[in-house]
Amino acid sequence: MPLTKLEVQHVAMLARLQLEDRDVDDVVAKLSRIVEFVDQLQAVATDNVLPMAHPLNMSQRLRADDVTEPNQRDFVQQNAPSTKEGYYLVPKVLE
Amino acid sequence: MTADPAGLALHQRTLSELAWGLTKGDFTSRELTELLLGRVAQHESLNAFITVTADVALEQADRADRARTRGVAGPLNGLPIVHKDLFCTKGVLTTCGSNILSHFVSPYDATVVERMAEAGAVMLGKTNMDEFAMGSSNETSFYGPVMNPWDTKLSPGGSSGGSAAAVAARLVPAATGTDTGGSIRQPAALTGTVGLKPTYGRVSRYGMVAFASSLDQAGVITRSAEDAALLLRVIAGIDRRDSTSVDHPVPDYVAGISKPVKGLRIGVVRQHFDEGLDPLCAERVKTSLDALNEAGASLIEIDLPSIGLSVPTYYVVAPAECSSNLSRFDGVRFGHRSADPEDLLDLYCRSRGEGFGAEVKRRIMTGTYVLSAGYYDAYYLKAQKVRQLISQDFKNAFERVDVIAGPTAPTTAFAIGEKTDDPITMYLNDIYTIGANLAGLPGISVPCGFATGLPVGLQLVGPHFAEERILACAHQYQQLTDWHKMAPEDFA
Repeated sequence: MPLTKLEVQHVAMLARLQLEDRDVDDVVAKLSRIVEFVDQLQAVATDNVLPMAHPLNMSQRLRADDVTEPNQRDFVQQNAPSTKEGYYLVPKVLE
Repeated sequence: MTADPAGLALHQRTLSELAWGLTKGDFTSRELTELLLGRVAQHESLNAFITVTADVALEQADRADRARTRGVAGPLNGLPIVHKDLFCTKGVLTTCGSNILSHFVSPYDATVVERMAEAGAVMLGKTNMDEFAMGSSNETSFYGPVMNPWDTKLSPGGSSGGSAAAVAARLVPAATGTDTGGSIRQPAALTGTVGLKPTYGRVSRYGMVAFASSLDQAGVITRSAEDAALLLRVIAGIDRRDSTSVDHPVPDYVAGISKPVKGLRIGVVRQHFDEGLDPLCAERVKTSLDALNEAGASLIEIDLPSIGLSVPTYYVVAPAECSSNLSRFDGVRFGHRSADPEDLLDLYCRSRGEGFGAEVKRRIMTGTYVLSAGYYDAYYLKAQKVRQLISQDFKNAFERVDVIAGPTAPTTAFAIGEKTDDPITMYLNDIYTIGANLAGLPGISVPCGFATGLPVGLQLVGPHFAEERILACAHQYQQLTDWHKMAPEDFA
C-alpha cells in the first residue's frame, strides 16, 4: 500500500527531518516502494519463532560504574557549533 | 614468511612481501610511504580519499624506521594502511562521507585504528565511502562517487568503495572497511580485491560511527588472504570499550592459512544460482568451485530456504537501528547546525534536513516508520523473527558443511548513475552478502576471475568465529590461481 503525503510528513516530523517541498513527491514514491518491498515479510509464517535481537544471541556485559575516562570537555566542545562556559547553546526553550 | 618477490615494484607488493623487504633493509618505511603518497596524489581523480594524512604518515614511518633499528618493531611495523572515513581518528577529520560531519575532528581513535597504530602501521589517509555506509555504489557520498580503477566510468561498489578502489589501484596494499550488509565484500568483488568481514563481535566497534549496531562489523580489504589474516590478528579480540565485542580466543590467523582444503566440505547454495545472477559471473564462480574440488574439497549442494527474505528483512532491521543511532546528530553537540534557527525544533529539523543526503534520510524515515506506533509488531518484530529463521538456516547448513561458497555480487561493476533511480535495484546488489550480517557470520570475498574484463568475486562464509577456516580456504585458492595478482592496466 503506497504511503500518503501526510503519512510521510508525519514520519519526517517524528524523525526531526525537514523535507523541502520540491522533494516530497520523490520521497513519497521511494518510501512507498521500500515499504511495499518489505511488506513481503507479512506472508512468512513465524508462529512460535523467537525474535532475534542479537546475532550471537548473547546478552551484553555490564561494567562497574566507575570513571574510566579523563575529562576532555574543552577538547570535545571544539566540535560544537555553539558553546559558552562549558555549556552547549541552543535557541531559547522557555520564555 | 613470503619469499622476496624479485623485481616486483613496491606498490605491487602485498603487506607480507613489504614486511619482508623492510626487515631485510631493502628500503625504509619513509621511502615506501613517500612512494605511495606520490601514487595517491597522482591518482587523485579516482576520488578514493576524503583526507590524505601525509604528515601523520611520515611521522609514523620515521617512528617505524627507528623502532626497526632498535629491534622493537610491531607486527605491522612501517606497513601502510588507509582507514575508511567511518573510523574515528584522533585529531583528524572524520566525516563518514556526510555533510553533517564535514567539519568533525574526532577527539579519540577507534580501537581498530589504535591497535593498528600500536602494531606500527602507517596511516596514509581516510577513504571515501557512501554516506554513513548507506549505499552499495559509493554514490551517496557527500564527497562524490569513487571511480573503479578497472574502468573509471564504473562504480567500485560500496559502501567501502574508496578503500576497495585504493587497494585495487595499488595506491596502498591494505585498507580498513566496515560491513553492515556487504559493504566490505561487495566492493572487494567489484574491484578484484580481498574483503574480509569477521564474525559479529570479533573486532571492536568502538570508534566506528554507528549505522546498525546489531549488524555492523569492522574488517579489511587487501590483495591477499594472507594479508587479511595478518591484519585480523592485530585487530581481533575483546575490547572493554565495546560491550558487544566477544571474549573469544584470537588464534594465529597467519599460521592458520597453511591448512590444506583437502577434506573440506564446501556447501553450494542452490538459491544462489537462481535467476538474478549474471550467467558469466555464475560460470566464473563455478569454475573456482571446481578448482577447490580438484584440490580435495568436496562440494555439497545445500538449501537455505529463507535466504530469499534476507534483503527485505535487512531493510527493516538496518533502517530501524539507523534511525535510533542517527538521532545523535542534532546540531547541538557536534556536526552541522543550520543558520538562524527559529526555535529548538527548527534547529533539529533544518540541521538534519540540510546535513543528511537523500538516501540517509530515506533510511531514517523507513526506520522511523517501522518503529512507529501501530507498525512495530507488523514490521520490526516480524523482521526479527524472519532473521531468526535465516540464522537457523545457516545453523542447519553448518551441520553438514564447513564453509558455504558462492557469488559475492550478482553482477560485475555497474556504471555510475545506473542504479540510482530505484532504491530497491540498488539494495538487491547485496542479495548474497546480507545473510552473513543477519546471522553474524564471517565472510570473505576473493577474486575468482573476470567477466568481460571486470573482476568477479567468490564468497566464502563460515560458522561463527571460523575466520581461520575461511581465510585458509581463500589462501589455498590463491595458491592455485593468480587472479588476485592482476592489476588494472592503468595502475600496474
